[in-house]
Amino acid sequence: MKQEPVHQGRLKTPFHSRLEKLDTVNQWHEWKGYSSANQLYCSDTEYFAIRNATAVFDLTPMTKYRIAGPDALDYLNRLVTRDMAKVRPGRVAYAVWCDDNGQVIDDGTIFHLREGEYRLCSQERHFAWLQAAAIGFDVTITHETEGVAALAVQGPTSYSVLSKMNLEGLAELKPFGLMHVDFQGTELMVSRTGFTGDLGYELWIDPDKAEALWDALFKAGELHGIRAIGTTALDMARIEAGYLAAYEEFLPADETVRTGVSRSPLELGLEWLVDFKKPNFNGRRALAEEKRRGSTWRLVKLDIEGNKEAHHSYIFSNAKASGGNIGFVTSAVWSPVCKQNIALGTVKTPHGKPGDTVWVEIYYQREMHWNRKMAKATVVDKPFWFPPRRGATPPGPF
Amino acid sequence: MTDRYDAIVVGAGHNGLVCSALLAKAGMNVLVLEANAQVGGAAVTREFAEGFSTSACAHLLYQLQPEVRKELKLSPQLATEDMSTIALAENGQHLRITADSVDGVSDEDAEQYRRFRKRMTRFADLLRTYLNKRPPRLGTKNFKDMLMLAQLGFDIRRLGREEMQEFLRLIGMNMHDEVTERFDSPLLKGAISLDSVLGTHLGPRSPNTIMTYLYRQAGDHGRVAVPRGGMGSVSEELAHAARGAGATIRTGMPVKRIVIDNGRVTGVETEGGEVFSSYTVISNADPKRTIMKLVGAKHVETGFGRRIHHLRARGNAAKLHLALDGLPSIEGLDKKDLGERIVIAGDEHYVERAFNPAKYGECSSEPVVEMTFPSFRDESLAPTGKHVMSAVVQYAPYNLKVGWDDAAREAFKQTVIKTIAKYAPDIEQRISASELLTPADIEREFHITGGHWHHAELTLDQFLFVRPVNGAAQYALPVEGLFLCGAGAHPGGGVSGAAGRNAARTILRREKAA
Repeated sequence: MKQEPVHQGRLKTPFHSRLEKLDTVNQWHEWKGYSSANQLYCSDTEYFAIRNATAVFDLTPMTKYRIAGPDALDYLNRLVTRDMAKVRPGRVAYAVWCDDNGQVIDDGTIFHLREGEYRLCSQERHFAWLQAAAIGFDVTITHETEGVAALAVQGPTSYSVLSKMNLEGLAELKPFGLMHVDFQGTELMVSRTGFTGDLGYELWIDPDKAEALWDALFKAGELHGIRAIGTTALDMARIEAGYLAAYEEFLPADETVRTGVSRSPLELGLEWLVDFKKPNFNGRRALAEEKRRGSTWRLVKLDIEGNKEAHHSYIFSNAKASGGNIGFVTSAVWSPVCKQNIALGTVKTPHGKPGDTVWVEIYYQREMHWNRKMAKATVVDKPFWFPPRRGATPPGPF
Repeated sequence: MTDRYDAIVVGAGHNGLVCSALLAKAGMNVLVLEANAQVGGAAVTREFAEGFSTSACAHLLYQLQPEVRKELKLSPQLATEDMSTIALAENGQHLRITADSVDGVSDEDAEQYRRFRKRMTRFADLLRTYLNKRPPRLGTKNFKDMLMLAQLGFDIRRLGREEMQEFLRLIGMNMHDEVTERFDSPLLKGAISLDSVLGTHLGPRSPNTIMTYLYRQAGDHGRVAVPRGGMGSVSEELAHAARGAGATIRTGMPVKRIVIDNGRVTGVETEGGEVFSSYTVISNADPKRTIMKLVGAKHVETGFGRRIHHLRARGNAAKLHLALDGLPSIEGLDKKDLGERIVIAGDEHYVERAFNPAKYGECSSEPVVEMTFPSFRDESLAPTGKHVMSAVVQYAPYNLKVGWDDAAREAFKQTVIKTIAKYAPDIEQRISASELLTPADIEREFHITGGHWHHAELTLDQFLFVRPVNGAAQYALPVEGLFLCGAGAHPGGGVSGAAGRNAARTILRREKAA
């Protein structure tokens, strides 16, 4: 067996040389062993690149597993809650997977690369669980995070930028579609996926070609406002899009110690991802039971009055905060593009139905002194940011 | 068009037969499908050489539960009852051990043995009441589970302060420490050590071997018998009871898979392609075979599948059958003594030393032997004047490093015969035919994964609430309508019928509630 060298210290992604050149603030954090930028110059500017131009985010540290073998489909269908039989080759599916008790371990995207060959991507690592799930299946699972360099290219001009790179088939690529094209003699995978809730693509390539890809991309984007971004800006965008993040909206169930702190897909607003009509899947019995008796928690999207961000706030059913809190905010941001004070939160049922009014207890500091404000909030149904161009094929130039 | 049954039992092992008989008795339309030509599973009598028959696996009856006997009106014909155990000494100074006395040791040892047995009997009796109950689950808020846990606590407390402490001290402990603390006689220590490890992948220094000893004693107060006609006669009687109650038993019908539709059982499909329908399927097969082969991993959840996959079930007991022209002579024993149970376990270290190589995938060079001459009081098993020897031999690991082939099997057989010949020098010349069943053979012939007596090792982490694994302790598996009724379920192996009976009672209780 070939022994892979064990890395010491923090890794740099294949794009690091390029990121380093653009970086002016030296703010890095650790993401699954890699250096990842919080911001490169100014997170607000970076945010506006996502919403008004093209933003490039290095998502190489994203966990990637290759899943292949005769039982790959059966395997994935038992692993995740949605019906993978409906995901044809060349398509990508957002999916969530649970433990035996129907509690979410993580969410991620599954790329059906070719017939019977898949890539599963997630924020967290799950090799042990994926291996355990493989018992009794003819399937091989390969950890390929290091073997694939990946960039997210997101924003209204992203189609125009990539068009300049002459990627054949780009115009016809639908949301959640993927294609393979040639890039300087190497296979480049392009998927119309992302974490911003807008028009956007993700590029996947051999790490040896990473720098060449970056250079070609930035050359193509020169006149379209292309900018590299860090995690802070991306996080603002994902909250606007209503996307979940592990360790924010939920804890991976296999990491929790106490009972009652994990969440089921039904409690995260992901009921549309749970298919009780398909064959057996992890958590099915528990989820069927939960559906029958009702969930404990509900994920809410909140439109909050005022402009004070509701980080970590308790949520109450009334302005007097009587009867104890009904939940708490998990992610909050002032949305520049929506001009709204928004948040994601978790509340106890039956509270938090779309259209309900709840109250958010916001603490904020003004010249060292703390202030408390009970802010009225409306539970909304739709994502805060959902532009029509996100779904348009072909996407228009911009 | 397929036939529809109220319940289908996969496998006509003795537990499957007990279960089907009780279900049929309660008015259910039951079908039993057995892969082999004979009913009984590992409780069968088989001709291994022309004119010579013996119990193929289980050869001693010491656990058949009175509840099972009573409810199915069984009265097995016994060739020998209340056998004593003779522990062979190389110098001819053998020990004669019964349930409450031992001959051939110092007065002090004899007194210690009396006390030891008194205590063990008390503990075994406590355990026995739980063999015949559906075990409570842990971590539920179910009232019955809580009540039963409370009852268990209460029963242990009721032993009295001192005995409770002893019970709690001993239950997880190894037998080696207990016997070395108590006795002087090496032979006595060896014989008790043997009783604590028979049929397991454990040595007397392994944890919880006092528990396995108690489990063995719990059956019938340590009394051991040999059924007339071999163990197959017990199975035949059970099959007769099942048929009498209206169950249909079909042999030579190996089940290929248990059919699952939308999370619930709908029937079974045989290797021959026949499909039988039922919303209740009870598997007498071991848990691993049931889930991984018959059901398929995709029908259970990852955590559960992983627990089943990691279930420890490595058989380590082989079975030796000899066809003999005449009884061998053992120095220091009368001819009539050959009607008893004879063991080779020289001293407390002998058994552990025999176990040592098995840990590393090798056979014992000086094996532990439990032998009987069942033809001694049962002429049906051998031609007139000739005899049969049936022996359980340890240790012969299922995962033999070099692999079980004919050469490995023959080599171990010769090792065992040589070991016996140390005490019975003339046995070799009396052998006209012989057969050794290794755990690999037992797996193949009786469809038991790992060839393990108990389907799953009898250890505290696979016992009572967590047998075979957490989430399946009450016979119901996490697929609607699927149950376990074999040795892999609570309480465990041995021809006791307890698992089959408990499973039947669980199913009937559910039927009643539905």
